[in-house]
Amino acid sequence: MNGTGDGLVWLDTPAFPKAARTALADPQLRGNLRRATGTIRDKRLAVTGELGDWEQLREAGEALKRRTLRHLDRYLEELERSVTAAGGTVHWAADAEEANRIVTALVQATGEREVVKVKSMATQEIGLNEALALEGITAYETDLAELIVQLGEDRPSHILVPAIHRNRAEIREIFLNRMVPAPDPDLTDEPRALAEAARLHLRERFLRAKVAVSGANFGVAETGTVAVVESEGNGRMCLTLPQTLITVMGIEKVVPTFADLEVFLQLLPRSSTGERMNPYTSMWTGTTPGDGPQDFHLVLLDNGRTATLADTVGRQALACIRCSACLNVCPVYERTGGHAYGSVYPGPIGAVLTPQLAGVQHAASLPFASTLCGACYDACPVKINIPEVLVHLRAEVVDAQRRSRHLPTAEALAMKAAAAVLATPGRLAAAQKAAALGGRVLSRDGRIGRLPGPLHGWSDARDSPAPPAESFRSWWRKNREQS
Amino acid sequence: MRIALFITCFNDTLYPDTGRAVLSVLERLGHTVEFPQEQTCCGQMHFNTGYRPEAMPMVRRFAETFAHYDAVVTPSASCAGMVREGHPVLAEQYGSEQLRREVAELVPRVHEFTEFLTDVLKVEDVGAHFPHKVAYHPTCHSLRGLRLGDRPYRLLRAVDGIELVDLPGCESCCGFGGTFAVKNADTSAAMLADKMSAVHACGAEVLCAADNSCLMHIGGGLSRQRSGVRTMHLAEILAATEGVQR
Repeated sequence: MNGTGDGLVWLDTPAFPKAARTALADPQLRGNLRRATGTIRDKRLAVTGELGDWEQLREAGEALKRRTLRHLDRYLEELERSVTAAGGTVHWAADAEEANRIVTALVQATGEREVVKVKSMATQEIGLNEALALEGITAYETDLAELIVQLGEDRPSHILVPAIHRNRAEIREIFLNRMVPAPDPDLTDEPRALAEAARLHLRERFLRAKVAVSGANFGVAETGTVAVVESEGNGRMCLTLPQTLITVMGIEKVVPTFADLEVFLQLLPRSSTGERMNPYTSMWTGTTPGDGPQDFHLVLLDNGRTATLADTVGRQALACIRCSACLNVCPVYERTGGHAYGSVYPGPIGAVLTPQLAGVQHAASLPFASTLCGACYDACPVKINIPEVLVHLRAEVVDAQRRSRHLPTAEALAMKAAAAVLATPGRLAAAQKAAALGGRVLSRDGRIGRLPGPLHGWSDARDSPAPPAESFRSWWRKNREQS
Repeated sequence: MRIALFITCFNDTLYPDTGRAVLSVLERLGHTVEFPQEQTCCGQMHFNTGYRPEAMPMVRRFAETFAHYDAVVTPSASCAGMVREGHPVLAEQYGSEQLRREVAELVPRVHEFTEFLTDVLKVEDVGAHFPHKVAYHPTCHSLRGLRLGDRPYRLLRAVDGIELVDLPGCESCCGFGGTFAVKNADTSAAMLADKMSAVHACGAEVLCAADNSCLMHIGGGLSRQRSGVRTMHLAEILAATEGVQR
């Protein structure tokens, strides 16, 4: 593990229920997460609640994304033509490996051994930093939170705030121990002092960098304009100072026209940081002589997106604008943090995106890492029905298991047995009689305490009610049937 | 109006009092309620856990059993939600053209209990008396699934003698989530712990909801803590006439 993320699925992370235990057992981490998500949640509610047309904006965002995805091939080809006409070069990458190969070759062609980076989910998804390192190229993350994660040899745990699991004291420790050159040893954990240390550290890198790598929030088919939305200004530095700019963009980030940005630039900041307007929105169209990077490359990344598009229910996950509102409102994410999801895409959107991009067999526990409470769907600025996709993917996981195993799982057997009981009222009534008998054996004072076997997880924290002596249907038959 | 009770397999087996409470409220309001005994289950557990083909016999049985009723009333927001959203999906994926039609015709006549009272019968005061301190937990399927909104509160406020208290952070999920509570037991227990703290903080004697499944989870935790707070289905409060002279 090095850099800030190594690919879509982290192979060393166990299945979600087990991975979640690390965070659940760490009161410091849970406190950090509760405070941080609570703060963003309240800010988001305030700035979305103040708009009379917020629901219409969401609907507009949803409609734009749906239409774009339906005609994705057409818009991508239009984008390629526009970017090329504006002086940029477009590359197509079918998967992570191809994208890394393209970017590495582009950097090597400049003769440089280091690049500065704008915060980007796409480059984390493909594990670009690790791929560059293998060729002796150092990638410097310049987003403050990414810098914290990179210096700490840690992994991101949130889409927008990748170091959300760290508090100020921990960040100070990381800076003191890992920054080269080392900061003033009297560094405090005041936000201003930490930001100043990061500024000094980064400034030198910005000024000497010849190559920058970014992601993209939007790529406009009509004009070839690419947009990066960020809060710190570090992105602006990366996008303007170096000679060469390489942008890796997921193919679903294309929008048809420049006017469409009007909708998304309202939806995104209010949903992500809880701000009315985004602080640094950088847009560029190809290259401009004497102004900014003179060599611009746009790498269009598929990496499972076309396969996802083929799924009529699951494809809505591709509408995601990476605001992370769903993470901040998710009661599961709030308790487990992002690392438990074992992917650069954590939280509810990660639970529907990662299994689709990587294949359900590689993230089979994620669709089940939700109570289906629906808070994510309500918060999503482009109305992705995450619970619907979760339930859809659960069926795909079960179907994949049925295909790949000779013997059914214990769960599959239990589900089959339950389905048989529930298939007819006679069998249900018989099972109810048996349950009442069994309950009488197990219960004390009408309550059943700790249970053995697969139900111990349930019964460790909760009593269960003893089934009553008489089911409703049995009572009805005796008391109401004759009348 | 021919009214059928869909008790749900869960209430049928574990919470028959809730079914009797629904009968008692509706009969007190002058309606006759039938209990078609061919009913079993809506298939929610199978559908939500990924076992779709296994849920199909339940979808077919539901459509057949309740086809001839004007209203199907169920004291479970999550089962009502399953019928409303899950049955059309399953009928589309695995069903015949006839089943799809039957499901589409039946779905608008399936009502969660509080919806039926406020929207169909247009009543809020159902003549209940319950002199206790009560908190209402809007379960996720009530709140974000069926969008019951203030319907349960309107019914509870009309109960004679009741003291309704606000449950802090009531819109957060309690952590039950069906098979989630077994598959992700530790995360579920962490969410439950926070919900129980909220219940204690509001000082309620009774916690009520429109879903016994969530209440079994919260009540099971409260029971393990020996907290003394009771959990009751909303229908049982609306049925109560404790201490009323008749």
